[in-house]
Amino acid sequence: MKHTISVLVENKFGVLARISGLFSARGFNISSLAVGETEDPTVSRMTIVVDGDEKTLEQIKKQLNKLIDVIKVVDFNKGAFLDRELMLVKVSVTPKTRKEVLEAIESIGGIIENAGTHSISVAVTGDHTKIKALLELLRPFGILEVVRTGRVAMRTEDKGLKVEGKPEVNE
Amino acid sequence: MKLTGARILIEGLRKEGVEIIFGYPGGQVLPIFDALYDAPLKLILTRHEQAAAHAADGYARATGKVGVCLATSGPGATNLVTGIATAYMDSIPMVAITGQVKTFLIGNDSFQEADITGITRPITKHNYLVEDVNDLARIIKEAFHIASTGRPGPVLIDLPSDIQMKETEFVYPEKVDIRGYKPTYEGHPGQIKRAAKAISEAKRPILYVGGGVIISDASEEVRKLAIDNDIPVTMTLLGLGAFPQDNELSLGMLGMHGTAYANHAIMESDLIIAVGARFDDRVTGKVDTFAPHAKVIHIDIDPASVSKSVAVDIPIVGDAKTILKDLVKAVKKPDTKDWLKTVKDWKVKHPLKYKDNGKIKPQYVLEEIWRATKGEAIICTEVGQHQMWAAQFYKFTKPRTMISSGGLGTMGYGFPAAIGAQFGKPKATVFDIAGDGSIQMNIQELATAVINKLPVKVAILNNGYLGMVRQWQELFYKKRYSYTCLGGTCPDFVKLAESYGAVGIRVTKKEEVRPAIDRALATDNCVFLDFHVEEEENVYPMVPAGEAINKMLGGGLA
Repeated sequence: MKHTISVLVENKFGVLARISGLFSARGFNISSLAVGETEDPTVSRMTIVVDGDEKTLEQIKKQLNKLIDVIKVVDFNKGAFLDRELMLVKVSVTPKTRKEVLEAIESIGGIIENAGTHSISVAVTGDHTKIKALLELLRPFGILEVVRTGRVAMRTEDKGLKVEGKPEVNE
Repeated sequence: MKLTGARILIEGLRKEGVEIIFGYPGGQVLPIFDALYDAPLKLILTRHEQAAAHAADGYARATGKVGVCLATSGPGATNLVTGIATAYMDSIPMVAITGQVKTFLIGNDSFQEADITGITRPITKHNYLVEDVNDLARIIKEAFHIASTGRPGPVLIDLPSDIQMKETEFVYPEKVDIRGYKPTYEGHPGQIKRAAKAISEAKRPILYVGGGVIISDASEEVRKLAIDNDIPVTMTLLGLGAFPQDNELSLGMLGMHGTAYANHAIMESDLIIAVGARFDDRVTGKVDTFAPHAKVIHIDIDPASVSKSVAVDIPIVGDAKTILKDLVKAVKKPDTKDWLKTVKDWKVKHPLKYKDNGKIKPQYVLEEIWRATKGEAIICTEVGQHQMWAAQFYKFTKPRTMISSGGLGTMGYGFPAAIGAQFGKPKATVFDIAGDGSIQMNIQELATAVINKLPVKVAILNNGYLGMVRQWQELFYKKRYSYTCLGGTCPDFVKLAESYGAVGIRVTKKEEVRPAIDRALATDNCVFLDFHVEEEENVYPMVPAGEAINKMLGGGLA
């Protein structure tokens, strides 16, 4: 099962290597990873989508928490959260298919960033389902290139994930 | 006062109470060595950087203080790697300092450059590359704090040589505040209550005690919990010494080469009280068959150790000593009379044993060393058969007297670790129990031992083989002894020891064993005891890999 975990880390060089190294060394699978600065420039947030059962997820969280540069680890599968990813896709068009392609893009809410004679470049943001839906719609016309960011996620019903020490891990 | 980076390092080490460093010089640590020249700190010059790391580790295990090692960039740093990994696996507090090429040369494939923070990332608790001399004092403070608190471990500081020469105002921080590092020490009161209740209701409880008890200095609390409540105790390799083996509640070591009665007691128990142990595969054997009737209480400072391999019913995260103190108060004594009778019966009927055939049996050598030292020596070991015999036949009674590479299983560990331990405990009798294979992996340290007048005794159980691998080949590979025969007479360990100025004693007859040990003990010098032991002796009992731990070869109950 896929889990989305949000990790607040020190905004220092080498932290990404520590995190990705931990995943590879312990045989955990990363489906996607996105990193960026937060409202506090000394803190970065990583949104990691991982694949694994409950036991594996528990180990991943504990092992992440052991890293000195990790400030906080939160599992988003508990409680409401918003997740988005951005995809850029270039689809081929002919005078014949052009209209149909434009309709497909519009139906999903994609933004046309560049329209050429032979191809159209589209940007779409959304959750996993929306991204997948657009890909399925465009696939018959010939997809030339896909570029995706990792997933980013945020809880919607709290005051925000803040740095105030690691949560109590004592069970 | 303005100081150079090198001076700041020395001052920082002094502030941390460091008296001794193990190290080796080189191009990118010249400023540090220059500062050491007249510093009130002793550097012990080993003959290989790996030995410096192991010596720092042995010093840390014998004293409980942070061990410090120092090496130059590139090959100096990479030579530390095995020692750092050894310390990491066994949670040993260590600070490793490496020189690095000048900051502007980093990443240029410069002479003697290695990305040592990258290389050691998975084998250190944390590491630092110092980029600004103004960060150095804080980094030293943090490194010692991280290495010695929580679940201890090695921390590496990579210090470019230009930073060593830059000057800044020296201000040593009073406190450490790392927002991502706040270890839990106090146990959760509710969990302690639940654990106390489970113990009070248990019929067949067993304490399973690991190296965490030694690190946390919780032997006294373990003793109290066991003796007050009549609970038998088994120990891991690193836990040996945590509970006195001359006490009748002691079941010795468990696991792959544990005693039959310890393994059986675990398998039959209805409650395992694990303290500072991590259910390692050498202990559990096949995990799904492990202790089928037992509820598990797990006391450990590392939350990631809890339910990693064996599911835990009552986890208590925190410091073993602190938690045990509270737990002892809360427990009502269970009725374990029948259980103790069963366990004692197993102990009598299935003791550790070996066949005497007039030749020198390695187990006999260990028994004689134990007798001659009255069980009070610090025993360091290399890795292999001799290590398991030491664990089985030397009856440890005190913490910090068993010093062995448990997790990583590093051959070549014991001799430098013994050197470190002897520096930490100058008055103690320190032995390195070795095989003829392992001792050759850091034999150059004879020079360090002799020059520093260390009376370390090295007992080589010389069987001419890489014995443990040979044993597996005998049992599981149809006796196809592929590249495990060492010959036994090369080198001549006596002459070799003598060439370094140490004492060498060869022992080829059983009746010479004890006199040779006595002579070694009476010698105020490093001694190599070359015991020519039975060549194809096996370590029993033995749980074959992937089996349940009560399915033991040789000496099991079945």
